[in-house]
Amino acid sequence: MLAETAAAVRGRPPLGPEPLEPVPHRVVGCRKETDDVTTLSLESLSGATPTFAPGQFNMLTAYGVGEAAISVSSSRREAGALRHTVRDVGPVSAALCRARLGDVVGVRGPFGKSWGVGEADLATGDVVVVAGGIGLAPLRGAIDELVHRPDADGGRVFVLTGARDPSQLIFGDDLEAWGRAGAVVAVTVDTAPRGWTGHVGLVTSLLGGIDCDPGTTTALICGPEIMMRFTAKALVDRGIDPRRIKLSMERNMQCGLGWCGHCQLGPYLLCRDGPVLPYGGDVARLMTERER
Amino acid sequence: MRTGGTATIDRHGLDLLIAALAEAGFDTKGPVVREGAIMPGAIRTSADLPVGVRDAQGPGHYRLEHSGDDRLFDWAVGPGSWNAEFFPPSQELWRSTSTGDITSHARPGPGSTRPLAIVGARPCELAALAVLDRVLLDGAVTDPDYAARRADAFVMVAECGTPAATCFCTSMGTGPAATGGFDLALTELDGGGQRYVVRVGSDRGAAFLEGVPHAGAVPTDLTARDRRLASAAAAIVRTVNSDRVAGLLADSIDHPHWDEIAERCLACGNCTMVCPTCFCSDVSDTTDLTGEVRRDRTWSSCFDLDHSYLHGGSVRVSVSSRYRQWLTHKLSTWWDQFDTSGCVGCGRCVAWCPVGIDLTEEVAVITADDGRAGPASGPLPATESESVSESGSAGGTP
Repeated sequence: MLAETAAAVRGRPPLGPEPLEPVPHRVVGCRKETDDVTTLSLESLSGATPTFAPGQFNMLTAYGVGEAAISVSSSRREAGALRHTVRDVGPVSAALCRARLGDVVGVRGPFGKSWGVGEADLATGDVVVVAGGIGLAPLRGAIDELVHRPDADGGRVFVLTGARDPSQLIFGDDLEAWGRAGAVVAVTVDTAPRGWTGHVGLVTSLLGGIDCDPGTTTALICGPEIMMRFTAKALVDRGIDPRRIKLSMERNMQCGLGWCGHCQLGPYLLCRDGPVLPYGGDVARLMTERER
Repeated sequence: MRTGGTATIDRHGLDLLIAALAEAGFDTKGPVVREGAIMPGAIRTSADLPVGVRDAQGPGHYRLEHSGDDRLFDWAVGPGSWNAEFFPPSQELWRSTSTGDITSHARPGPGSTRPLAIVGARPCELAALAVLDRVLLDGAVTDPDYAARRADAFVMVAECGTPAATCFCTSMGTGPAATGGFDLALTELDGGGQRYVVRVGSDRGAAFLEGVPHAGAVPTDLTARDRRLASAAAAIVRTVNSDRVAGLLADSIDHPHWDEIAERCLACGNCTMVCPTCFCSDVSDTTDLTGEVRRDRTWSSCFDLDHSYLHGGSVRVSVSSRYRQWLTHKLSTWWDQFDTSGCVGCGRCVAWCPVGIDLTEEVAVITADDGRAGPASGPLPATESESVSESGSAGGTP
């Protein structure tokens, strides 16, 4: 009803920051992870750092170039700047990767559903984290909290990560730190140069080597869609409940607010209903349907 | 007079009503004939409305005809709808310095623009605005620009006496009578008397109606109105099984008919441009030599290849998948996302499709066998060996 709507709009509380206007942040750290992946540490010029949950994303603006959806790669256990790990795949991400210390980058967010770390279903039990390439970025903050769970009741954390080749592996220091903190960490590459002594093969090939308890396991997966599909399927085959397998899905995003329509995946607006979704239910089917 | 009350006015009363709205500070707009079509436009008197004009519509067909009388609302809908007044096809969102200091906002400030008064919106168009409200007002965050444009608008709806052959509002429950969302509802009565039954939809509507010469609606007036609307409903030939279509389409993703439609569909996006509920938009930045940054929001279409672009390529490459996205979103997944249908049955997509693809016919074919026809193309590979390198691409959430 128009009349009621108008009244309701007028009666709403103040909107706070304009939802479509980025908040300027200063680049206080740049770290080159690989030849085309850079981690930016950002601090709000106003000093206010927004709270986030691992798995959520921000819309980052490279002023004059555009805006792109980038996952937060900080851990809530780290004080200070907000991290984003960006792969140079287009004009906006290229501009973000070129940013220097002191440059200003716009931030809107955080948006979307998180991995749910800190919530009841991840407080105890085994957690299998599977990442492909830069898919480790949105999982970084989740793993960091999971390996430091206060009362995990014997629940273990398995971190399986893969990349095209050793030069594409990211967060090496973190992988070591998580291992020291008690996580089972396994790394694989699709192809290896001479001298590589680690595992070679798709990331799914690491699953056979872990002894997680299917009855208590929750899985968190992020990577290319096809990698997530085969990983989820393999985990289901091991007896893990499909509803306890969480994937971070990706589509084009231009607003983060459910208004631009680009991030649809069937019934979902991924910026609002995702990016993290359970594999069980619709998603398993949607992933097998062509061109969704 | 109260909400729900009725009266009658004549053409002179209508003119005075339009003048009173303008006098009160409203920007008065209504349907006008422009470039061979009925489009939203500025009006000062009822003479600016489509006087003595009818529309002949069919799949891929729209023509205006002179009726020889001086009736105002004997047409259905044109290509333009009122959504564009509240959600403009192209709009500047903000400007900033190169270091992010916002120098101008999109949102109209208080008193910076005159509120809109629409004279002669169709019931299906009000239903479309209610659908857009779900998207832009009722989510976790409200679009401040849309809200500001929408907040004070005055709406006078013209109930439909003369539907087009492309209309199917009766299936979608949005017409030909208006059920809400208006300040005043007009029904043009039969004959050459130039009389209109007016129903009051808000206190504000009542105040404006009381300010112009009007008479109480006698029972014969109300019967004439009901008869007119009943005959309009009976004249509507196209149908969609709105009770079952959402579920049937959800089960028809692999139906072979999507590929058959794609043989005809040009992926031109006309249907999305004329649809009063389509809300997809692109966001783009521009800059100039001064370093000033400007961000714009522009309507976009799910028929564009770029709509589903993800690093490396588009998700929906085939025309078949893009048509399927559009139709299943409208009639099925819109329910999942916004708890309403995305289709109001206005028939614009049927009339303005250059090859005359008729949504109602395509839906009937796809849902005829309850969506259980064999798949058009096989499911995706079930074995890993058929896949490509899995860890190579960018991955990750957005």
